[in-house]
Amino acid sequence: MNSSLIREFEDSVGTASVLYRPEDLLLYEYDGSVEKGRPDLVVFPTTTEQVSHIVKLAAKHRLPVVGRGAGTGLSGGALARTGGVMLVFARMNCILELDVENRRAVVQPGVVNYELTCAAEPHGLYFAPDPSSWKSCTIGGNVAENAGGPHTLAYGVTTNHVTALELVLPDGEIVRVGSKQGDTPGYDLTGLFVGSEGTLALVTEITVKLARKPEAVKTLLAIFDTVDDAAETVVDITARAITPSACEMLDGWTLRAVEDYIHVGFPMDSAAVLLIEVEGLTETVGAQAAAIIEVSNAHHAREVRVARDNAERELLWKGRKNAFGALGRLAPSNYVLDGVIPRSKLPQALRRIQKVGEQYGFQIGNIFHAGDGNLHPIVLFDPRDRKQFERALQAAAEIIRYCVEVGGALTGEHGVGMEKSELMPLLFSDADFDLMRRVHDAFNPDSSLNPGKIFPLSKGCGEIRVHSQSSTAPLRP
Amino acid sequence: MMNGSSSIAARLESALGPTQMVSDAATCANYAVDEMIPSAVAKPSSPEEVAELVRFAAREKLALIPSGARTKLRIGMTPARYDIALDMSALNKIAHYDPGDLTLGVDAGTPIAKLNATLLEHQQFLPLLVPWYSLTTIGGTIASGIDSPLRQFYGTARDFLIGAEFIDGTGKLCKSGGRVVKNVTGYDLHKLLIGSLGTLAVITRLNFRTFPAPLAGSRGFVASFPNAEGALTLRRAVAQSSLTPLTFDIVSPALAQVFSSRTPATLETAVFADENRNTNPSSLQPVGEWFRPHEWQLCAAFAGTPEVLDRYVRDLRRFATESCAASLAFLDEAARPAVWGRLRETLSLLLEFSADATVFKISVLPSQYGALFISLRQIADQAGLPHALVARGGGTIYFTLLPVPANDETTRRVAQAATQIFQLISAADGDATLLFAPPALNVSANIRGSSRSDSALMRKLKSAFDPQNIFAPGRFSGLF
Repeated sequence: MNSSLIREFEDSVGTASVLYRPEDLLLYEYDGSVEKGRPDLVVFPTTTEQVSHIVKLAAKHRLPVVGRGAGTGLSGGALARTGGVMLVFARMNCILELDVENRRAVVQPGVVNYELTCAAEPHGLYFAPDPSSWKSCTIGGNVAENAGGPHTLAYGVTTNHVTALELVLPDGEIVRVGSKQGDTPGYDLTGLFVGSEGTLALVTEITVKLARKPEAVKTLLAIFDTVDDAAETVVDITARAITPSACEMLDGWTLRAVEDYIHVGFPMDSAAVLLIEVEGLTETVGAQAAAIIEVSNAHHAREVRVARDNAERELLWKGRKNAFGALGRLAPSNYVLDGVIPRSKLPQALRRIQKVGEQYGFQIGNIFHAGDGNLHPIVLFDPRDRKQFERALQAAAEIIRYCVEVGGALTGEHGVGMEKSELMPLLFSDADFDLMRRVHDAFNPDSSLNPGKIFPLSKGCGEIRVHSQSSTAPLRP
Repeated sequence: MMNGSSSIAARLESALGPTQMVSDAATCANYAVDEMIPSAVAKPSSPEEVAELVRFAAREKLALIPSGARTKLRIGMTPARYDIALDMSALNKIAHYDPGDLTLGVDAGTPIAKLNATLLEHQQFLPLLVPWYSLTTIGGTIASGIDSPLRQFYGTARDFLIGAEFIDGTGKLCKSGGRVVKNVTGYDLHKLLIGSLGTLAVITRLNFRTFPAPLAGSRGFVASFPNAEGALTLRRAVAQSSLTPLTFDIVSPALAQVFSSRTPATLETAVFADENRNTNPSSLQPVGEWFRPHEWQLCAAFAGTPEVLDRYVRDLRRFATESCAASLAFLDEAARPAVWGRLRETLSLLLEFSADATVFKISVLPSQYGALFISLRQIADQAGLPHALVARGGGTIYFTLLPVPANDETTRRVAQAATQIFQLISAADGDATLLFAPPALNVSANIRGSSRSDSALMRKLKSAFDPQNIFAPGRFSGLF
């Protein structure tokens, strides 16, 4: 990028808020996915007005603009696929208001998910969406991707907790949608923008609901000798309408990797464990835990442990939430899928994944939100071995295709991004893409905002325009 | 004019065949919206037929308004144009239901009561306890955006609508979302259909997550107070506790009076699991002693195991006593429907009570209730109009002016009060919508008061869905 252009950005936000040297940009060319895309310029705005100003400046020079929080996303949503200006919201990280009485918080997009929960905790409140990356991911990123987490089983994903947004449109206009209470007359614009993956507008302020901390929690670890028994237990818990707040599965291979790393007490010789949590009134929790133990035993659980205290509970969750880190010790890279299936189809889906792994020569681990049918098969590979990488992608595509075949979806919480955009025609017709593109163009007519995401680039359906003035990074490693 | 309408009918008939279309005056009159009568009524029986009709309308630049049981057609602005009524009631099948996954796909014209009857066979239900319950269709419920007392616990439709299929303004069958409970694939376009009043697309299919029906043994609670403050104190105490009631509503004295004096015309239908055995719909029992006509009431429903029910009874009794309730009552499963059937039917009861009832839906923060109750009452009193109010636990108020008898003079006073109410709510950073109003008022007032700053974005969305503006033009807002 030429120096006079860089100076224009520096003049508007200060030299300390702009990065442009290749060695500085390296840090922003990847996220939690297997994709890459390097921006030409990284800017750290501190106010909504600055965001608007930068967007206008970028528009003037016909540069694409991509928003980014902590870069923990798993679908390439926060990557500059076609270069341009990256807006990193790390410095817009203030909790602007905590309304305890009405259980609302107003935050800037760079606030870390866990920090909001910490701030709300003294008032007996917390922010319910809890992705595994909650200690680093930002609420702005959660909004863009409509992030989930283990406890969304009972409490819903990000969209169920957002009541209002302040947005900057691609032409720099600042608008507000929704309201603090949440019920606004007219179209549900908040519902549209949450999960639009930064392709319609940049989010500069978010109003969220806070949940009341439950008076009682019980955390159970059900241990199984076969994956099938664990899967059937989940099917049965769902069918009997027992509603735990979280129901996570780790298969034997994954739990051994976790146990080696974190030592939470997962039995090394088991085939699968279910980490199940029930919350609510003391009277409710006891009955639900008893029902879950009964169902688990009916499906031949070897043992069901109940966490004795908070320390034990936190240790079990530490094992779950750091699982991806544990797998990082086993291979240079891993590919985490995010397909969703009807919960009644869980046992056959896990058998199918196993088969696909054998077919392509991969050990595929499973650690996922079993309670809502959100699979996270993990394919370990070495990105330096291009053939292996291609095979990993093929195996992944086959699993996703299966999810769609049984009535499921491509992604439950990670987003489409640039990772799954080419798979979108599995689910959507030309007519669907036409309408989605008209909606896209209504807000982002020049595709200047986060180009190359969600819509497939391949011809036919959804040939969304992609600017190509920058080609600093290959699309794939 | 006659020529115009008969030629529309003739062209429709030649394009689509006579079987799905009628144009006699009496039938068309049944589909009137704010006294505007369509030239023809089409009753498609498949999404393909809907698509064909829409393509025809787009070609001919004719305005369509889809409807189901036509119970809530009064919500919305008077249409700018209205050529064809699209009666969706023939699309009424449950397309798929996976009780083990708690998911459901259903055609838009399916009556909610029929739907819930099927779900209840599996001890599940859809928590949309909406007015005109025994008549209303699922498509009309979503398109009207009407809410239910159960939103206190289950949220609104946006929290459990997981996908939809619909015909867009170009006559193509589109979909968004899917059939699984967790899904972020593509834009959440289906959420836009909620409350869209038929202005974006014709809904053909809706996918939901279903819920376990509350256990047998669900109970009700009613506490009465001489003034609103007592009810608000109790509301606050419960909101700050660990209790999570299914419904949680404050009822004003005038509404209690309507509840006591009237039985809804719409029949009672099984909603909770414990009502399932009573398969024959019947009228609601009299409301008995539960509602005290000169007092404010706070009503809650709750369910669970006997231990949970005991806990609720214990805590609610304590909170009510601490809030100086004048009386409190716990209702068993036999008595509870008499109260909850009326709460559900609040809007239909008020409109039966006075056809000119003017109903505002107001969204504010619950902490503002106390001050707003006083101001709303002052506005109504100054205009000399009787008024009734129900306030849900989470910040939704239905405030109704009841001009009895209604005449030009009361309409003028209602209009004046409406302006003041819009100003009041706007100053409180809330939103007010005129949900039901006499036609004389509806044509002259924007039902949303002043236009919101996001109207321009909504207009863009409308054009994206319906480029030719053939779906319910003018219904949604005075702007488009």
